[in-house]
Amino acid sequence: MATSDIQVAEHALQHHFADMEQQQETSTFGMWMFLLTEIMFFGGLFCAYLVYRASYYQAFVEGSQKMNIWLGATNTAVLICSSLSMALGVRAAQMGKPKLMAILLLITMVFGFGFLGIKGIEYHEHWVHHEFPGPNFHFETGDPAHPATDPQHTQIYFSLYWAMTGLHAFHMIIGIGLVLWIMIAGLMGAFTPSYFTPVENVGLYWHFVDLVWIYLFPLLYLISKKHGG
Amino acid sequence: MWKNLPLFPERASALAWQVDGLYFLLVAVSAFFTLLIFVLIFVFAVKYRRSVHPHPVQIEGSLPLELAWTLIPLGICMIFFAWGSLIYFQEARPPQGAMEVYVVAKQWMWKFEHETGQREINQLHVPLGRDVKMIMSSQDAIHSFYVPAFRIKADVLPGRYTSTWFHPTKVGTYHLFCAEYCGTDHSGMIGQVIVMEPYAYQAWLSGGGATGSLAENGQQLFQQLGCSTCHRFDTQGRGPNLTNIFGKPVLLDDGRTVVADENYIRESILNPGAKIVSGFKPIMPTFQGQVSEENLMALVAYIKSLSQPASGPASNQAAASVSSNGQ
Amino acid sequence: MATAVQSVERENYLNSNYGIKSWLLTSDHKRIAMLYLISITAMFWIGGFFAMLIRLELLTPAGDLVSSDTYNKLFTMHGIIMVFFFLIPSVPAVIGNFVIPLMIGAKDLAFPRINLLSWYIYMAGAITAIVAMVTGGVDTGWTFYTPFSTTYSNTHVIGAAIGIFIAGFSSIFTGLNFIVTIHRMRAPGMTWRRLPLFCWSNYAAALIMVLGTPVVAITLLLVALERAFNIGVFNPQLGGDPLLFQHLFWFYSHPAVYIMILPGMGVISEIIACFSRKRVFGYEFVALASIAIAVLGFLVWAHHMFVAGISVYAALVFSLLSYLVAIPSAVKVFNWTATLYKGSIRYETPMLYAFGFIGLFTVGGLTGVFLASLGIDVHVTDTYFVVAHFHYVMVGGMVMAYMAGLHFWWPKISGRMYPEAWAKLSALLVFVGFNTTFFPQFILGYMGSPRRYHAYPPEFQVLNVLSTAGASILAVGYVLPMIYFLWSLRYGELAPPNPWNAVGLEWMTPSPPPTHNFDETPIVTWEAYDYEHQPQEEVSVGH
Repeated sequence: MATSDIQVAEHALQHHFADMEQQQETSTFGMWMFLLTEIMFFGGLFCAYLVYRASYYQAFVEGSQKMNIWLGATNTAVLICSSLSMALGVRAAQMGKPKLMAILLLITMVFGFGFLGIKGIEYHEHWVHHEFPGPNFHFETGDPAHPATDPQHTQIYFSLYWAMTGLHAFHMIIGIGLVLWIMIAGLMGAFTPSYFTPVENVGLYWHFVDLVWIYLFPLLYLISKKHGG
Repeated sequence: MWKNLPLFPERASALAWQVDGLYFLLVAVSAFFTLLIFVLIFVFAVKYRRSVHPHPVQIEGSLPLELAWTLIPLGICMIFFAWGSLIYFQEARPPQGAMEVYVVAKQWMWKFEHETGQREINQLHVPLGRDVKMIMSSQDAIHSFYVPAFRIKADVLPGRYTSTWFHPTKVGTYHLFCAEYCGTDHSGMIGQVIVMEPYAYQAWLSGGGATGSLAENGQQLFQQLGCSTCHRFDTQGRGPNLTNIFGKPVLLDDGRTVVADENYIRESILNPGAKIVSGFKPIMPTFQGQVSEENLMALVAYIKSLSQPASGPASNQAAASVSSNGQ
Repeated sequence: MATAVQSVERENYLNSNYGIKSWLLTSDHKRIAMLYLISITAMFWIGGFFAMLIRLELLTPAGDLVSSDTYNKLFTMHGIIMVFFFLIPSVPAVIGNFVIPLMIGAKDLAFPRINLLSWYIYMAGAITAIVAMVTGGVDTGWTFYTPFSTTYSNTHVIGAAIGIFIAGFSSIFTGLNFIVTIHRMRAPGMTWRRLPLFCWSNYAAALIMVLGTPVVAITLLLVALERAFNIGVFNPQLGGDPLLFQHLFWFYSHPAVYIMILPGMGVISEIIACFSRKRVFGYEFVALASIAIAVLGFLVWAHHMFVAGISVYAALVFSLLSYLVAIPSAVKVFNWTATLYKGSIRYETPMLYAFGFIGLFTVGGLTGVFLASLGIDVHVTDTYFVVAHFHYVMVGGMVMAYMAGLHFWWPKISGRMYPEAWAKLSALLVFVGFNTTFFPQFILGYMGSPRRYHAYPPEFQVLNVLSTAGASILAVGYVLPMIYFLWSLRYGELAPPNPWNAVGLEWMTPSPPPTHNFDETPIVTWEAYDYEHQPQEEVSVGH
């Protein structure tokens, strides 16, 4: 067992690194830099969101009241669970249990698909209610006593909602692909307790994508419970 | 000056002198530092060339020197900063009692409307020695109002008013350029600012085919569009009484306060739900797409005229808040 | 003679294996640098061709050579190609890619396959942008200002924006690779204080690439989405704010200027030290100035918007910060000049370019101080003054530095010497041509000639003719190196490992270097620019 472990590690060492430790530190450091880029990538959208929310608060409140808080909350829970299974999966890889790791990663993927499914239901509802920005956009508060005060800026709310959650969902899809890749690689024996950096890095990515949602949920769904009018 | 090769723009506004003064100082300081660097490089390169100076002397660095060439340029820069900012503040604050000209920019022309109702395209007649304030909006892309002889420039944005002002000091005809790229005929979006002696300007005014002043046109629109049914001049209307509101703070129903400036009036016509006055219901329909930029300006001018006689200082304050950088 | 020597040439990265596949699938940073060199040179000539057409059109006041729509497309495509597809990758992706691992004693960049991927991404972006241009072009200006770009332009805005979006990721990956490489791949003994200044400045630029590029990527994506679906984020007719676009755009695009100039400054530090045979004066200050520029560079973006309708107080703050970012640049110029003092100076071509860089960058930087000054900026922004200013920094600064670096490391890259006399001639032509082209534009700008004008009032003609005349000299200055570099590949003298007798790990390995850079990992025991202990032998080159 121990010798094959060393063999795998030697095999995984790329020619331009001095040793496994340097290689591991380097790739993890690279992953953190990549996540920094990702933060700035989402940052542009968050910045636009904050600017418009500050200027057109009422319109944003009315828009957010169209969100299905229960589905959103469920999705938050789903993602937190998926982060847990991901973390356990990384732990399993570290302990050299590829089968356990594969099962945990499978669970993570199921959660991921669950999230996308629920998000799809929400998207569908917004779509049929014409809450998609563009020429067909049409916004009603659904309460005749309180007509929409500022549908123009509510449309901007929805533009940002679709852009931010869409970009997030796109990251989820990539994340699921990555998890699938390391699951298969793990089952084929690519990782050992001394070499599981790819698992660790995919884990970092997955947690990052979860974290983005942790911010998106309150910002988009929970602006204000009070009914504006 | 050489007639065929002018190397310096004309100076035709009170501000131009100040801008040029700072410019000359900057040129002098820049020329000094550029020459300093050029001369030093040249002298060192010749004096210490390999053939006469084969053995370099290693010098690690020098903290006093580093501090000197950090702090001295910094100090000089702060002078430029202060002076440049003073000029900018003046540009941003139109003086009291300036004559107002409303400007609509569109691809690819400038439309001007004087308070007295005269309309012009790509030409702007102004009297010598008066402060002239431009209140500007664009019908399409972003444009920029630029008169080099006055050393002023201000972007003209769609969906809001920006402004700038000048005080012409020299009779003549000056270039007006669009300085923000705006499409196919951007370089054709040019015109002239014609500064005239006051008497000539009066003659020009009386010759023009104005049909009522801008505020009078606004008043007619106010009736036609039915604004007057709700915005009555007593306390019984379903909308706020608009007398003497211009330039005053307005309490909104979400507790915020805004100053009723040109941009606020504009927004309230086009997007009435955005800022509701405290104590009123959001029942006003939007006039988006029903009022042209010119008519909007007439309405704004009319509502301003409702506040003019009694509240001089307030409207001046508001004028300041719609400065070229007002927001 | 040359061929006889070549036959006994040892194995290096160029001859280790052959065939297109060995290049397109390489993970060797040196070969990837060459891929970049070829692609950005092609882009440079396309962008330069557009520039020549622009200058020819401006020979006469009337718009007579091309239509106004064509002219608008020309300056837009010139800007997009030169900024995003030439300047941003130039020094980092070509020279940095080649020499950074060599300088720090590494076998390769930290992520060789990501490095190759970034070239493919660059190519995908470039091809997307070129397809958009060939199928009709784009006319928004390289700044894509909304609502013109989202609503009123009838050209291929989406294609161009997506092309830049894609190329952005190439830049991000290059930056990421540099940061990680400089942190983790240094040879034993290569401490941060011994790091060549070229690495410091590329490190600073890489920080901007990683932190800034994603913002412009998402912004241009929003522009494309807005144009495709009319969603209204930046469209005032739909309640959006066009100034938000400008803020987001300049948040990247101002620091992007430092992505372009910082690596160039690094090149100059290397060359000045080498050809005056001295340690760079105030090494720490020059290194820290790079970081200071990168950090402060993120805080000055709104100085592009002083007349755009931002608040007076915002303008004040951004004006002040813009002055602050000028200081570290000034510090660098003074330190380079001081390095010459009591040196032992040789006038090889790279040094001539470096002299040119310092002079032109000084002019470019000082005119930047004009623009930071609010009162002056109102008058000269969006005029030829700005055009002249940024060409002094980008062409007079960055392209000079790029040319300096290419000449300096050409023996290392190709294993051949370039013809020195021709190179000196080209350096002179570039310097003269450049100044003749762009200095008149400062005067034009202060006179009020707006930029992006297809036709202009007749009183501006003389200066425009001068400018066009200069541009033709400049063009010759750029064509010459292209010819003699190619010529030298076959006929140039074989280069020794260290033709300039320079200090630095990249000169301690053969020219061209073997695939793994060093036969054994070097151990660094000396300070950077240790010319004091470099043997004083007079190495004569090519004589």
